[in-house]
Amino acid sequence: MAGRTYNMTHVMHVLNPGILTLIQDAGRFGQHGIGLTTGGPMDPLAFKWANRLVGNDENTALLENTIGGLKLKSTCQTQIAVTGATVTIKVNGISQPQWQTININAHDEIELGYASEGCRIYLAVSGGFNINKQFNSVSTVVREGIGGLNGKGLQANDKLPLVSDSRVTRCYVLPLSARPVYANKVTLRLIPGYQQAHFSRHQQRMFFYHEFTVSDLCDRMGYRLSGPKVTCDIEGILSEGICLGAVQIPKDGQPIVLMNDRQTIGGYPKIGSVLSLDLAKLAQLTAGGRVTFEPITIDHAHNELALAHYKYSRQTLVSVATEDAP
Amino acid sequence: MNIHVAGENALMVYFADNVSDQTSLRIQQTASVLSQYMGKELIDLVPSYASMLVVFDAFKTDHLHVRKLIRDAAQPHQESQTQQQENIVRLPVYYGPQTSPDLAKIAQHAGLTNEQVIEIHQQTHYRVYAIGFAPGFAYLGETDERIAMARLSTPRKKVPKGAVAIADRQTAVYPSVSPGGWNLIGCCPTPMFDANASPSMPVKAGDAVQFYAIDESEFISLGGSFDGWQDL
Repeated sequence: MAGRTYNMTHVMHVLNPGILTLIQDAGRFGQHGIGLTTGGPMDPLAFKWANRLVGNDENTALLENTIGGLKLKSTCQTQIAVTGATVTIKVNGISQPQWQTININAHDEIELGYASEGCRIYLAVSGGFNINKQFNSVSTVVREGIGGLNGKGLQANDKLPLVSDSRVTRCYVLPLSARPVYANKVTLRLIPGYQQAHFSRHQQRMFFYHEFTVSDLCDRMGYRLSGPKVTCDIEGILSEGICLGAVQIPKDGQPIVLMNDRQTIGGYPKIGSVLSLDLAKLAQLTAGGRVTFEPITIDHAHNELALAHYKYSRQTLVSVATEDAP
Repeated sequence: MNIHVAGENALMVYFADNVSDQTSLRIQQTASVLSQYMGKELIDLVPSYASMLVVFDAFKTDHLHVRKLIRDAAQPHQESQTQQQENIVRLPVYYGPQTSPDLAKIAQHAGLTNEQVIEIHQQTHYRVYAIGFAPGFAYLGETDERIAMARLSTPRKKVPKGAVAIADRQTAVYPSVSPGGWNLIGCCPTPMFDANASPSMPVKAGDAVQFYAIDESEFISLGGSFDGWQDL
């Protein structure tokens, strides 16, 4: 693997990484055979919009900041965009809009506040970061020590090399009507499957008709929920592959929704898997968030995915007139 | 064979209710034929003990078509049967006093000597049933039932890299330092996962693995280290 060359003058300095900031591209695929998980953005829609706002290919590597607190300093002129959880953005102390391209000059300081709605914030830089891929992706999975700069989250004083100091000439904004709303209560559509037959009708009814609460144990691996105890007529199964969004129910009856950094195989019974569009909404919840499940068929799921993709690809950005900072 | 829905873009294929060499072989054959059939429609495949998870691109194909391809791929293929030669990977193990904190316990439990346990551990051709838990962690089975041993009641916080371990009738090599509750009986100096090597693992699912004993000087010359073993 030949290392790429880059100009060290085009760098983002990490002044403060905040709670947790990870370099993420679309994710790492085709590597489950050696035990590597997917990684990738917890909220793919916000991830793609951040890239589109700065003129990048939608799967370009960017920064996923959980909760907030990220502070960067750019050594060159560029453009950034911040999407995802609602957060304040300041450039050299001056407030800037979210879901909109922001022009950055050399030596500008970029500071994110703390999320008021949602918890995953995406910051994309025009051209993206110049980082070597591991297993065909730069996505950081801390548990595996794979991806990012050195398999870890960003640390203070890290220098993130940029691909270029180019600017797209215009700035864009995503209209309010097209932005996701991050509510504290979400309905997760679930495609029943896996060991569904081992959950009695009564247990399934309970699962689908009661509300669950997101517990303190929620991270990029999985979201543990608390609510009525759901029981299954088997305790465990031969370990088998776990797909994104699978809902496993261990002996204590409290569901765990498996997210991007999940283990690739496991032996707990699973009742089905959450639709990816809704998983992104769950990923924006923190402890105390409220969750209900609703069953849908796999065919219905495919329709929903196609419709969402259609809406996303038809949605255009609106050009905004911005004055470059002096 | 049963095919179940797993998620919006995933099907789970169950080949049998229990673990066997025959099932494992069938899973590997199906997996390799299916990846050829599917090409870019396939996102990921997770072969395991008696099942295979198939993750597909829902914008390129759908579950009905993938079901059909799975059924076709699972048909016995003469070609793949002749091609399929058992790949036996031999892995060196230092079963020394520094690297076998749980050996005496297994011996005592089995009513055997330490040497007999070590001997029995080397006699079996293990099958790589699944890879998971951590990058490069291969679940090998099944051990001779005499040396089967339940997991520790309290897992260790840091199992050293290369630790060769037993849990129930499974055995494995820890590819990197990690928490773990398996019984440790030796250390393998061969790296089980190297992100910068190609291939990154010496084994893949379906391979056979046999362990062979080496002495301390061979262990060191093969790159073995006692890092982390003193602290157990």
